[in-house]
Amino acid sequence: MPSPDSAVRVDDLVVRFGSRTVLDGLALGAKTGALTAVLGPNGAGKTTLIRCCTGLIRPSEGTARVLGLPAGSRMLAGRIGLMPQSAGSWSGIRAIELLRYLAGLYANPLPVPALIERLGLTDCAKTPYRRLSGGQQQAVNLAGALVGRPELVFLDEPTAGMDPHARRATWLLLRELRANGVTMLLTTHAMDEAEALADQVFIVDGGRVAISGTVRQLTKSGESLESVFLTHTRARAAS
Amino acid sequence: MTALDLSPAPAPAPPAKRIVRHGLIEARLLIRNAEQLLLALVIPLAILVAGRFASASIGSLELLGPSVLALAVWSSAFTSVAISTAFERRYGVLERLATTPLGKPGLIAGKALAVIMIMFGQLVILAGAALGLGWRPRFTALSAVLAVILVILAAATFVCLALLLAGRLRAETTLGLANLIYVVLVIGGALIIPLERYPAVLRPVIEVLPTAALGEGLRAAANGQLLGWPVLVLLAWLLAAGLAAWKGFRWTS
Repeated sequence: MPSPDSAVRVDDLVVRFGSRTVLDGLALGAKTGALTAVLGPNGAGKTTLIRCCTGLIRPSEGTARVLGLPAGSRMLAGRIGLMPQSAGSWSGIRAIELLRYLAGLYANPLPVPALIERLGLTDCAKTPYRRLSGGQQQAVNLAGALVGRPELVFLDEPTAGMDPHARRATWLLLRELRANGVTMLLTTHAMDEAEALADQVFIVDGGRVAISGTVRQLTKSGESLESVFLTHTRARAAS
Repeated sequence: MTALDLSPAPAPAPPAKRIVRHGLIEARLLIRNAEQLLLALVIPLAILVAGRFASASIGSLELLGPSVLALAVWSSAFTSVAISTAFERRYGVLERLATTPLGKPGLIAGKALAVIMIMFGQLVILAGAALGLGWRPRFTALSAVLAVILVILAAATFVCLALLLAGRLRAETTLGLANLIYVVLVIGGALIIPLERYPAVLRPVIEVLPTAALGEGLRAAANGQLLGWPVLVLLAWLLAAGLAAWKGFRWTS
């Protein structure tokens, strides 16, 4: 059962798309000020969970509360940041234009030039989004999620497509965010990412939590986190 | 490297500023899109020039002037908005914006502002070109006011229809369908061709189309006449399309 100081708290969440059940009684909590990782195979319901938390999908059953308010509440607008898995950007916009535009929606945004410099985007700041590499697009998406100085950030596979240098730089940034009191919930396929960053891990399969705990708790029997993941999740045929 | 203060300090910008920022970025992106510029300016200008030099077969400038203004409203408020919104949905732009302080009402208001800015530019350029080519409209003060009301009602209706299309269908389907509907109603919707030139049997159907209401209403207004039925037709369409878009729009694909 999630604790009362959860920044994110979902209970018995059920989401159905037609006859397909994507979330099937999912319950988890993300503690305030912590980094929570949600691991799961493709189709486990990770992105749908984030979409429920950001109010984009209304669950068929169950509840989702974010920062103490019902998910999707207008009172939350601006308090949360989102790094979506898909591009999250107009294809023809320049990186700096997108970030300046997003910054303009907030009263106290991060300074865009410094954010661009921090994420290593200085050389491609004027490049249209569609011409950026996959890793650069991810970096722009991450900057877009952070520019409004949110209390809570949802990161949907934040380092997918990044090279090892960019991944490590991103991990460093996420650790700094946590040290500054930002709560984060990230989804990932990368076991090393969860091991390096997560205070709490939820392994999700078939739309429900299969097992959860700290990395130390999950691996106390000497198994690797990947081995725990493989034991508690099912392979799906590639689609 | 400049140090960043990463501590949380979330606060939305004032609503008017958010809407203006969104309107400006959308307008800028639309202007950069060559295909949209073709629909917005090149085709209407070509029709005007054709009317100037081949009025016997194309129609006189007295009719083509207001017709081309109606065409500009149709292309910017329907086709451009449908295609751009469909790809915003496909690329996850709408998903990202849903968590920002802009929100759904701000997004709609920002889009409306972008359409108004683009339309204003189009109407100035096209009306200027038409006047330069010899168009001499006979607007009265009252008919000019009615024309402005018709343009606003039609633009709002077309935007709602565009959002309904873009919010339900795949981006590629929206792209094809929005262009098809654009062409079909340009030819068959009494937008640039006066209603009286269509076969009598089709007229009752065509005159309840929003494109016919705008086209006929503007042509009459430019001739100093006041028509009431186009206002009623557009109000009915706006109500229906607005409700359908509000209920049916989906942020994610």
